[in-house]
Order: sequence, then C-alpha cells, then structure tokens
Amino acid sequence: MNNIRKNRIKDQVFKFWGIACTFLGLILLMIFIGSIIVDGVQRIDWSFITSLPSRKAERAGIYTALMGSVWILIFTTIIALPLGIAAAIYLEEYAKESKLASLLEVNISNLAGVPSIIYGLLGLEVFVRIMEMGASVLAGSFTLALLILPIVIVSTRESIKAVPKSIRDASFALGASKWQTVSQQLLPASFGGILTGIILALSRAVGETAPLIVIGALAYVPFAPESPMDEFSVLPIQIFNWISRPQHGFETNAAAAIIVLLLITFIMNGIAVYFRNRWQSKLK
Amino acid sequence: MRKFKETVIEKGLQASALVTIAVTVGIILVLSIEAILFFKEVSIIDFLTDTQWTPLYTDKHFGIITLLSGTLLTSFIAIIFAVPVGLSISIYISEYAPRSFRKTIKPALELLAAVPTVVYGFFALTVVTPFLQTFIPGLAGFNSLSAGLVMGIMIIPFVSSLSEDALHAVPNSLREAAYGMGSTKLQNAFRVLVPAASSGIIVSIILAISRAIGETMIVAIAAGQQPRLTIDPTVPVETITAYIVQVSLGDVQHGSLEYRTIFAAGITLFIFTFLLNTVSYKIRKKFREKYE
Repeated sequence: MNNIRKNRIKDQVFKFWGIACTFLGLILLMIFIGSIIVDGVQRIDWSFITSLPSRKAERAGIYTALMGSVWILIFTTIIALPLGIAAAIYLEEYAKESKLASLLEVNISNLAGVPSIIYGLLGLEVFVRIMEMGASVLAGSFTLALLILPIVIVSTRESIKAVPKSIRDASFALGASKWQTVSQQLLPASFGGILTGIILALSRAVGETAPLIVIGALAYVPFAPESPMDEFSVLPIQIFNWISRPQHGFETNAAAAIIVLLLITFIMNGIAVYFRNRWQSKLK
Repeated sequence: MRKFKETVIEKGLQASALVTIAVTVGIILVLSIEAILFFKEVSIIDFLTDTQWTPLYTDKHFGIITLLSGTLLTSFIAIIFAVPVGLSISIYISEYAPRSFRKTIKPALELLAAVPTVVYGFFALTVVTPFLQTFIPGLAGFNSLSAGLVMGIMIIPFVSSLSEDALHAVPNSLREAAYGMGSTKLQNAFRVLVPAASSGIIVSIILAISRAIGETMIVAIAAGQQPRLTIDPTVPVETITAYIVQVSLGDVQHGSLEYRTIFAAGITLFIFTFLLNTVSYKIRKKFREKYE
C-alpha cells in the first residue's frame, strides 16, 4: 500500500470519526431526554402543576416552584433589561475607543466568566444581608439580573453593531441628535436581535440553581409568592430537592418537573432562534 | 436645551455601564472582606497545606487542597473527554461537512449548553452512574467519573463552537496552498489549519476549563459531598462549589466561622477562574489583531 492510499484511508476514517463525535452529544442528549420522559411523563397531569409541595411524593406538585420561577423571571427582566440595553448603547455608540470603554470591555468579558455560584455569594452579602431584603424574590432577581447582565450587554452590542452605517449617517444628515438617532433609528432596527439575546439570557436564568441556593431560597415553600418581598422556591431548586431524597416516588417527581423545566427552556430557545432568523432576513 | 438633554442621557447610559464595574468591585470586596475575617481565625498556611477539610465537625481542619483536588479531578475528566470530541467536531464541521450542515448543526450543538445543569446532574446520577457500574464494579453511587463525563458533554459546545470559528477564520489561501501541495483534508487540518488557528483553539479550551471549574449542580448532585484528597475517579469527592451548596442548604449562623468558610472557598474559586479568563482574554485580543 503506498503512501497516497494510506493517507486517503486515514482521511476517510477521520471523516467518520468526526461525524460520530458530532452526533455523540446529541444522541446522548436524546437518550437522556427519552429516559426522563419514560420516567416522568405519566406523573404529569393538571394536579401535578397546581398542587402545593407535600411530604408524600404522589401528592406533591410544582405549583409554588413554578410560580416562584415566574416571579423571578419577571423581576429579573425588569432589572436586567434597561440596565443591559443602556450599558450596551453607551459602549457601542458613545464610548468608542476611550480608555473607559476598553476597561469596561475587559471587565464585562471577565464577568461573563465568573462562576454563577460567586454571584450567589455576592447576592447573599449585598442584597440579603446589607440591603436587608432577606431570601426574597427581589434579592433573587437582583442576583440573577447581575448574572445575566454581561450576556444581555454583549448580545445587544452585537445587534446594534449589525445596523448598517448608512442608517446612522442618514439620521445625522437630517439633523437628528445622537440620542434621537439611537432611540428612533438604531433601537427599532436592532430590536429583533436585542430580543433574541434577552430571551436567551432569561432561558439561562430560569435554569439557574446554585446562586439561588446560596442566597437562601428555600426548597420547601408552602405558598406561592404574593409580593416581591416574599420567600420563594424555583423549579430547579425543587428538582434538586427531589433528587436528593431517597424515596423512589420523588425521583419520578424530579423527572416530571425536569420535563416541565426543559419544555420552558427549549420553548424560550426556539422563540429566540425564530426572532433571530426573522430579524436577520429583514436586515438583509 | 437639547444639548442639556443629550448630556443627561449620556450620563445616564454611562452610569448603567459603570454598574458592571461596581459588580466586579462588589464581588472582590465581599469575597476578600469575609475571607480576611476567616484568615484571622485560621492561619493561611494551614489553609494551603492541611490535607483535611472538616469545618462542620468538632475536630476542624481547613485544608482547601482537599476541595481543590475534587474540583480539579472532575474538571480534568470533563476536559479529557470534551476537548478531543469538541476539536474533532470543529474540524469536521469546518472542513468536511457541507456548508448547509454547518448552519443547522451549530445551533443544535449549542442546545447542549442550554440544558439547565441541575438536569445534567440528574442524568449523571440516575443514568450514567448505573450504566458505568455495569462494567466498573467498584464504582460508588457518587463518584467523580460520571460527574466529570456529564460535565464534559455540557462543555462540548464551548470547545467546538469557538474552535470552529477560529478554523473558519483561517484565510483560504492557506487551504489552497496545502491542497496545491497534494495534501488530504486531514493533513491540511492538522498540519496547517490547527496550528494557524491555535490561539483561538487554546482560548476555547481555557474557557471550557474555567467553565468546568465553576460548575456547581452536576458535581453537587453526582460527585458526592465527601471532601477527600484523591485522584481515584470511582469514589465520592467534594468540589469547592459543592461545598458552598452544602453549607448554604444547612442552617449556618451569619458571621460564624462556618459561614466564612464559603467565602474563603469562593475566593479560591474566583482567583482560579479570574486567572483563566484573563489569560484567554489576552490571547483573544492578540488573535483578533492577527487576522483583521
């Protein structure tokens, strides 16, 4: 066998290895989701969604955790959205090339790499203790808002950057001020991209467990929160709590709650991809 | 009047951007203040050299190496698994696969990173560990092997996506020159493209390591909660992150020594990930200049 044939064979072997690797992760994910559906789907019914937590596995439901997640999502959005968009506008349109801008940029890229549990320690000390919010919905939302802030800023910047320069030039030529250009041209033109980034960031927030455990969110809350100062639990914490119990019934509950959580995560990701595709084809 | 309004708006936007600096300062302050209080009671030499970690028992030992070894062991297993697989994926997608395939497979792979980590933890505990136990008889119910492997699955897209971007950015002239010399795609990939894109690939690996070190729920659920200085992947260990979760779940008095241990552990974790992130940022900056 000469060298050329040997190399061709190696080439083909690698090609199949590459295909195998590419699908390995996805196949494992499918096996996993399949096994969870088998474990948990018969447990999901209306009463599982609307029942309060219970010591008995077959009577326990996810109502309080689900409501907790909804509250957390709403307040995280309210806090992170304006902050993130404003910071991105500043970095992209106002502070270009300045020393402050490069400092901010290094800083944001570093924050994006800080482990989520460290945000939990920050939230525990600053929001729960110093600002005396306790382990409330508000403290949890502030913590998660800071956690997703870098993601919101980076994706908003990308979307604003993608708006053609001609639109800026045209707006300035008509005598618009900087803020008028930003608010009436750039933001509407980049809306789809910004929305995509925010939904992706929120889908990350909805699955976060560790920082909320650290700030003291509870695994057992008898009632759904009624105000931002109430104690709360969220779906991932409920799942974690059920996983750590020995009885088999709770494992089934965990599987069922995971189906609900994955459904929420995947739907959010799907919506984000849909908006991105629509926005990208509009921009072209 | 208009000018005044513009200035006010600019200041407002600037203030929002400065919040990110405040967050960093806040993290550093909170961690160091609590850690300093901790080191007033526990000597830093004990912290770094003791080989036991038992702050919740009466005979207290504070050897962070014990937790660190758990963190490094699980991360090592994850990286050993994810880097070869992720790199192969990136070479396949950028050099072998048809272009339309690239567009559909990349978002699909990124779905792996979108799955909440508590879900991966459940997977490791209820599927992977029982599966591995069928041919590794001595495997404990909690172990770093299955936690590490599942963490590896989670970080595959971190490696593959960034490496693929780096390979994709290599100028076509290099490819054409290699093919002109009669090389196969495989030779081209490993002798020309991977070296040319090495900085981008290294960045992707560093970020994956940093991600693995900071990962919490998978190891808290599947690797156990027994601090142990070991490199045996079949026994339970405890990572820095899992310890913080363990203490947070209990009822620890604010201001007590136990309370402060989580900040001492936290600052150790923060220093590691901070160094890794800074190195990767530096390489990325250099790399960007090279190609633009």
